[in-house]
This record gives sequence, structure tokens and C-alpha cells, in this order.
Amino acid sequence: MSGARSRTWVIARTELRQLRQSPDFWLPMLILAGLFFVVIPTFLLYAVTHVHNDAVVAKVATTLDVLPARARAAIHGFSPAGRTSYALAVYLFAPLAVIVPMTISTAVGANALVGEKERGTGEFLAHSPATEREIYLGKLVASLVPGYATTIVGFGIYSLIVNLIVGPQVGGWFFPTGDWWVLMFWVVPPFLAITLSVVLRLSARVRSGAAAQQASGLVTLPLIIIAYAQSSGVLLGAGQTAIALGGVAWIVAVWGLWRGAGAVTRARLLGVEGAAL
Amino acid sequence: MVQPVVRLEHVRRTFGAVVGLDDLSLAAPKGSVTVLLGPNGSGKTTAVRTITGALRPDAGRVEVFGVDPNVDGEAVRRGCGVVSAKPALYDRLSGRDNLRYAAELWRMGDEAPIDASAARFGIDDALDLRVGGYSTGMKTRLALARAILHDPDLLLLDEPTSGLDPESSHAVLGLIDEMAADGKTVVMCTHLLLEAEGLADQVVMLEQGRDLLVGPPDELVLRYWPNPRVLLDAEDGAALDALATMDGVLAFERNGAGVTVDLDDARRVPDLVTILAAQGVRLTRVVPHEPSLEDLYFAVRTRGVQ
Repeated sequence: MSGARSRTWVIARTELRQLRQSPDFWLPMLILAGLFFVVIPTFLLYAVTHVHNDAVVAKVATTLDVLPARARAAIHGFSPAGRTSYALAVYLFAPLAVIVPMTISTAVGANALVGEKERGTGEFLAHSPATEREIYLGKLVASLVPGYATTIVGFGIYSLIVNLIVGPQVGGWFFPTGDWWVLMFWVVPPFLAITLSVVLRLSARVRSGAAAQQASGLVTLPLIIIAYAQSSGVLLGAGQTAIALGGVAWIVAVWGLWRGAGAVTRARLLGVEGAAL
Repeated sequence: MVQPVVRLEHVRRTFGAVVGLDDLSLAAPKGSVTVLLGPNGSGKTTAVRTITGALRPDAGRVEVFGVDPNVDGEAVRRGCGVVSAKPALYDRLSGRDNLRYAAELWRMGDEAPIDASAARFGIDDALDLRVGGYSTGMKTRLALARAILHDPDLLLLDEPTSGLDPESSHAVLGLIDEMAADGKTVVMCTHLLLEAEGLADQVVMLEQGRDLLVGPPDELVLRYWPNPRVLLDAEDGAALDALATMDGVLAFERNGAGVTVDLDDARRVPDLVTILAAQGVRLTRVVPHEPSLEDLYFAVRTRGVQ
């Protein structure tokens, strides 16, 4: 492991250790992930597959008409309930996979640099041998890991739930589908990186954690909407186009992260850049 | 000529319209203790931040360990230990994790003397507790332990005893003594003149970011008080007026019930006492007055630079 990576990892690990020590932070995030990946899907899928009310199922099924033909053709199931639950599991919950990591990582990232300034620990980092790039990358990793890890774990649990509840309706375990793999490992990561490149730049520049959270919320909202549309596109048949757009997102992400590194300066860690003492 | 460990030449640093440092020059030789004295806002903290390269000067030259910290900042900061005015510790982590973090950033590996460093400042028992529960004194002790963990060649202390109990203050001053004895270089900022007394090899008096006065305390005192001073009291204070016209008395000043006299030579004191006693004056106090840093500080501020 090179020295630069080593210090980056040290900074990231210490940040993560502090997060772990803060239930006031991770508990709401855990609840959010639990709601999106476990509670809501379980409730809806169970209701559709086990409540034998054909009228309700038919009503839900009509919503599937909005799906493109390719998506509708791909729906499996022995019964209307099975087909409806399949569609819900595969298509309609997809955007949740985007919202959860972005929300969590934005919350961590927004506080990552301004938090050092507010607590006075920026002084320690500013006098340490760590370079600005190492500090930036450390904070980036620390912001990325909780969001993406929660999403991957949540995705695993969601897959299990979907297969257990919907699987018997469609002839066995079927999830994740190919499109979901693309979504989770091709589409979500670059959008998360783009979001963090913006959030970390904000965090380096603002004067308080509250300001960072507010500004990050405003800035990341359009990104969440784009990511939402993009993820829906992947799953609803945009196919090659969606994959190509994912590629563009990767390029934008790399550029954004590279540019974002310049936002971290020692003067900003000390809270004196452009300010009067 | 031995190169100083720290050299600042005509350094200027502004923060918007506010001038932090204005043409500051100083040099800290290896193994010396340099005390930056000055009121709040005089530029002491900015000077420390400039030395480590945490702040880039707008103008002037900074050299630490023979290199520019803005060019090779990593090398400079590896050799520096800094204790800030606020301890800058991670409250959610334990004391041990705070020290381990520093050890890892300084790439010390598993060999870092975490326990020994904490024991040196008497906080080894609290090392596994969260720093958020530490008292102010414990936090400063932990910050000190962290600053010396990597055995720095240059120790920078910014108001290190501010708000501390006497025991913790003593630990700080003891550390400075030990570091200097080990040949390390110490730069300390303070506005508490008593704590700098006896420690400083060199004093740099700052005002509005400028160095008003630089030099060893003894030399600076001599510059302001070139002649020996003596304080005298007597049962009958008025009888001391006779001193004003005696040989060797250069200046005479009433000081409450007693007097302060400046002499051309300290060896005149026994003669003056003998003469006064012969005149029936019953002396109650004869004390040589050694001006303190505090006297010097106020003399500079009231009389200007001499």
C-alpha cells in the first residue's frame, strides 16, 4: 500500500470510527434504509401476494400499464398477483436504491470538512503531514462507504425478501435481474461520486454544518432526480442508452472528484480563508 | 554559522482587510526556546500557522529545517509537534484513538509510544475513555502527549497553559524545559508573562503582526534598564529623600512609602546603606529590583521601542 493511500485510509477509518460512535447519526440512517429496503417492500409485496383481494390486485396491476412494452414483456408470474408483485419488485422499487445511498452519503459528506472546522480539529489536520489530497480522499471514502455499504447490504436483504415473497409466484428465485446489477454497480456509484464531489466542495467552503446540510440538500436534489430517472431508465428498457449515460456519469464523476480535491486547503481547515481573524 | 531551525523574513499575511502578520522577522536557533509575546490579535497564532505551512504568507520568506514549508510542507510538518490554543481533539474518540490517529498520520506504525507518551503527562489511566468526558486539563495533557508522540524536533505551543490548573501548567512548562534540554527547538506563544519568565532564550514581542522587539530577555531588560535598580523602605520614609543627592544615584523616584533608585554601580549599595544608617535612618527593606518580562512588556508598550 502506498503512503498516500495509507494516510487516506487512516483519515477515512477515523472518520468512520467517529460515525460508529454516534448513534444519533447512524440510527436515523439505519431506519431510513430499513424502511426503504425492508419494511415498505415487505409490506407491499406481502400484501399483493397474500391478500386475496382480486379487485385490489387488479387496481395495482393497472399501474403497470405505464411500463414500456419491453418491461411489460419481461414480467413473469403465474397469476395477476404474481405478475404485479414481480413488477413492483423489479421496476417500481428501483429508485430507492438511489435515494438511500445519496441521502446517507450527503449527510456524512456535508459535515466531513466543515465539521473539522467547527470542532477545531481542522487545526490538528492542518498541522499534520497529511496532504490536502489525502485529506480530501479520506473524507470522500468516509462519506462514500456508509451510503454505498448500506445500499449493498440493503440490496442483499431486499433480494432475499423479494425472492422469498415473490419467488414462489414466478417459479423460483429470480432476483436480482441483469438490469439491477447494472443499476447497483454501474449507475449508482458514479451518481454517488458526483453528488459527493459537490457536497465535499460545499463542506470545505461553508462556515457551519447547518449551512453545509442546507446547501447540500439543495444541490443534491437535482442530482437525485437525474439519478432517479437514470435508474428507472436502466430498469425500464432504456438498455444501451442507460448504460452509455452511466458511462458519461462515470466521466463526470472522475472529473468532479479531481476538481473537488482543490477545495480542501489548510486555510479552510483552519477556518480563516478569506476571513478576518 | 548555524542555520536557525525557524526563520521568518519580512512575512506578511492578511485576512481580507485585517493584517495578521506585517513584516514579521524572527529566527529560532536549534535547541532554543523562543517566546512570542503579545496581546490577543497580535499575530502569534498566525505566526505558528505560518511556520508549519498551514498558512501561506502573502509576502516574505519562511524557512523551517532549511526548507520552505509551502514547498515541502510534509517534510516540515513531520518534524513539528503543535499544541494549539484549543486542544483540537476528537471528542467522540478515546484518548488512545486520538493518539493512534496522530501516530498513523505521522506513519509511526505499531511502534508509537502511545502509553509512554500518555504516562508522561499522567493521563494513561484515562486513555481508554472518551475525550468528550475529559476535563480541560486532561485535554491539554492529551494534546501535549500527541504533540510529542513522534519526537518532533520543533515544538510549537500556542497559549498552552491558557485555562489550565497549576498542575497542568506545570506539566506544560516542564515539557518545554525537557525539550530544550534534549536539544529540541521550542516556539511558544503566550500573553501570560509569568510563565515565559525563566524559560525564554529569546523573546519576540509582537504588536499588530509586527515584531516590536527581539532578543534574549536579559539583553532586552538591559536595554530598558541599563542601570541597577534598588528598592528601599524605611520606618521614616521621608528620611530616604537624602538618597536623591548621594554619589552614584542616577535617578530617584518615590514609590509609595519607599523609594526606587537607579545606581551607576550595584556595588554602591553597601555604602548607601552605611551612610543612611549613620544618619539614623532605620531601613526596613533593601531589595535589588530585577525587571520581569512583565515590566519589559509594559515598558515597551508605554515607552516604545528603544
